[in-house]
Amino acid sequence: MRRARTIDWVPHAVLLIGIAIIAFPVYVTVVASTLTTPEIVYGPMSLLPGPHGPENYVQALSEGNAKTSGVGVGRMLLNTLVVALAIAVGKIAISIISAYAVVFFNFPGRMAFFWLIFLTLMLPVEVRIVPTYAVVAGLGLVDTYAGLAVPLIASATATLLFRQFFLTIPDEMVEAAKVDGAGPMRFFKDVVLPLSRTNIAALFVILFIYGWNQYLWPLLVTNDAEMTTIVIGIRRMLGNGDAQTEWSIVMATTVLALLPPVAIVILMQRWFVKGLVETEK
Amino acid sequence: MADVRLRNVRKSYGDTEVIHGVDCEIADGEFVVVVGPSGCGKSTLLRMVAGLEEITKGEIAIGGRVVNDIEPKDRDIAMVFQNYALYPHMSVFDNMAYGLKIRGVPRSEIEARVEKAANILQLKPLLERKPRQLSGGQRQRVAMGRAIVRDPQVFLFDEPLSNLDAKLRVQMRVEIKRLQQDLGTTSIYVTHDQVEAMTLADRLVVMNAGVAEQVGPPIEVYERPETVFVAGFIGSPAMNFLPAIATENGLSVGEARFRAAQRLEPGRNVTVGVRPEHLELDPASPTLRVRAELVEALGADTIVHGTLAGAPLLARLPGTQRVVAGDEVPLRCAPEHLHVFDGATGKRI
Ligand SMILES: Nc1ncnc2c1ncn2[C@@H]1O[C@H](COP(=O)(O)OP(=O)(O)OP(=O)(O)O)[C@@H](O)[C@H]1O
Ligand SMILES: [Mg+2]
Repeated sequence: MRRARTIDWVPHAVLLIGIAIIAFPVYVTVVASTLTTPEIVYGPMSLLPGPHGPENYVQALSEGNAKTSGVGVGRMLLNTLVVALAIAVGKIAISIISAYAVVFFNFPGRMAFFWLIFLTLMLPVEVRIVPTYAVVAGLGLVDTYAGLAVPLIASATATLLFRQFFLTIPDEMVEAAKVDGAGPMRFFKDVVLPLSRTNIAALFVILFIYGWNQYLWPLLVTNDAEMTTIVIGIRRMLGNGDAQTEWSIVMATTVLALLPPVAIVILMQRWFVKGLVETEK
Repeated sequence: MADVRLRNVRKSYGDTEVIHGVDCEIADGEFVVVVGPSGCGKSTLLRMVAGLEEITKGEIAIGGRVVNDIEPKDRDIAMVFQNYALYPHMSVFDNMAYGLKIRGVPRSEIEARVEKAANILQLKPLLERKPRQLSGGQRQRVAMGRAIVRDPQVFLFDEPLSNLDAKLRVQMRVEIKRLQQDLGTTSIYVTHDQVEAMTLADRLVVMNAGVAEQVGPPIEVYERPETVFVAGFIGSPAMNFLPAIATENGLSVGEARFRAAQRLEPGRNVTVGVRPEHLELDPASPTLRVRAELVEALGADTIVHGTLAGAPLLARLPGTQRVVAGDEVPLRCAPEHLHVFDGATGKRI
């Protein structure tokens, strides 16, 4: 492929430029997290890492900064991790089961239920935030993990995706399993779940990041500083004009906040890339 | 092993009835082929035997036990599907073993049974593969293996060969027949391919629009079709049908006169059926003359297309006969090869 070689560099150049545009701010953040605040704020900031990384990270992790009431980023990361995992696992569990019911069982009002689930698509948390808050507060769930996660679990997006996928499982396979003697539970465990692996992995990544990035709802439902999530923590660290923002700590926190989602993507990628390559069914 | 009995079996979807009362007794160890055109209800009938479709009316019994209200898994049947329906994420071994595993058969026995089936079907080297790593024919074998290991009372096949290419189909057809003879398991096999039907069946059920038009051994169905439909469906090229009027001493089709094997009241409107292979060239005393409009020389045979009394007429002559389009071809048909059907009802007279 001689001709291809001569123009090979064009797509490469485009990709490199794209990567540079996306990567540069991340790089600046990482560098800034190794400098002191004055070094960042006054004069042109160095583009090479400085020696203050370790102390910035230790401070961020253990005590945050003046505006986080002494709650360290470690605690915030833990809070966010629990909530994001609960949301991802909860949503997948609920939606895969409801999609299974809607696709493989014939019961009265099946379509009505499906449309009810579908309707929740139009009601994201932001829309129903006031009544939802009233319910959560009434149940005494303010400042709890349950209060943070449960209202975000209830939604239909994943149900819809699983339903679309289940509809592509051939009827004959369902019938073969019936003849083989697999009841609904066996069929779910032995056939549906393994075939949904790829979908589950992809959804897990999307939902984990969705949970990780929640802002409005955690802002409303947590008052206790101990229950702060990472996104809110970063927001709090930024000054309101009355005090100077400790940029080095903010930058270290930002880098820490990036790590878990990145780890999840890397961990899960093996699964869904595999799934995309081997088309099963 | 078991016999299967269908008694006045009917199926309706909502208000439309698609199976209009089928009766059939299948003996223990018998290989019955259900054949018919697309949409006639073959699959529906088979699926009712399998328990995948509810029986609207009538009764199905397997081994003397009425199974109308019994779940597929408890009917002791195994089914081979048209699209194989293998589990894509399981190895060949697991595909075959799954049914046994669910039934709680001990591991050692599962292994022994799968190995035996794999030997019969030459799947031994493929046991670790996933279905997507197999060819169509191999997948078909795995699907058969899955049925065999269960050692069921009845095998059900729904067009198992229709996704294979012509050559493989012939090969698998022979294998299925041999396998069934060795195992001696009662089998019901659905197909729309009449060659498969003729070669595999101990007995044929020819279906048309939800009715079993004729049940009998393949040769009997070929030699004595009960209705115009059966006569036209079994045999290739299809039987010629000519409008005829009964006369004092035979049948008249346009200009042509046939001697008939039986006496009919003169003036009666009938349909005469003649198979293309039963028309012979006879220059000396022809019963009919046809102008050859089209000649297909196939080597072994020569198919001559013509028209008689406004109806198309095909004759299948030995390949040694040289016929050219445009020729006037003198033909003869022995009276015993004439099939006479009532002109209105299409039933054999
Ligand atoms: N779920 C259903 N609802 C309504 N009608 C149905 C349903 N399933 C099948 N039918 C009708 O029942 C008739 C028989 O269908 P069936 O699948 O048994 O045909 P078949 O003989 O197997 O045809 P083919 O050779 O194409 O597989 C058809 O006319 C079909 O339209
Ligand atoms: Mg069918």
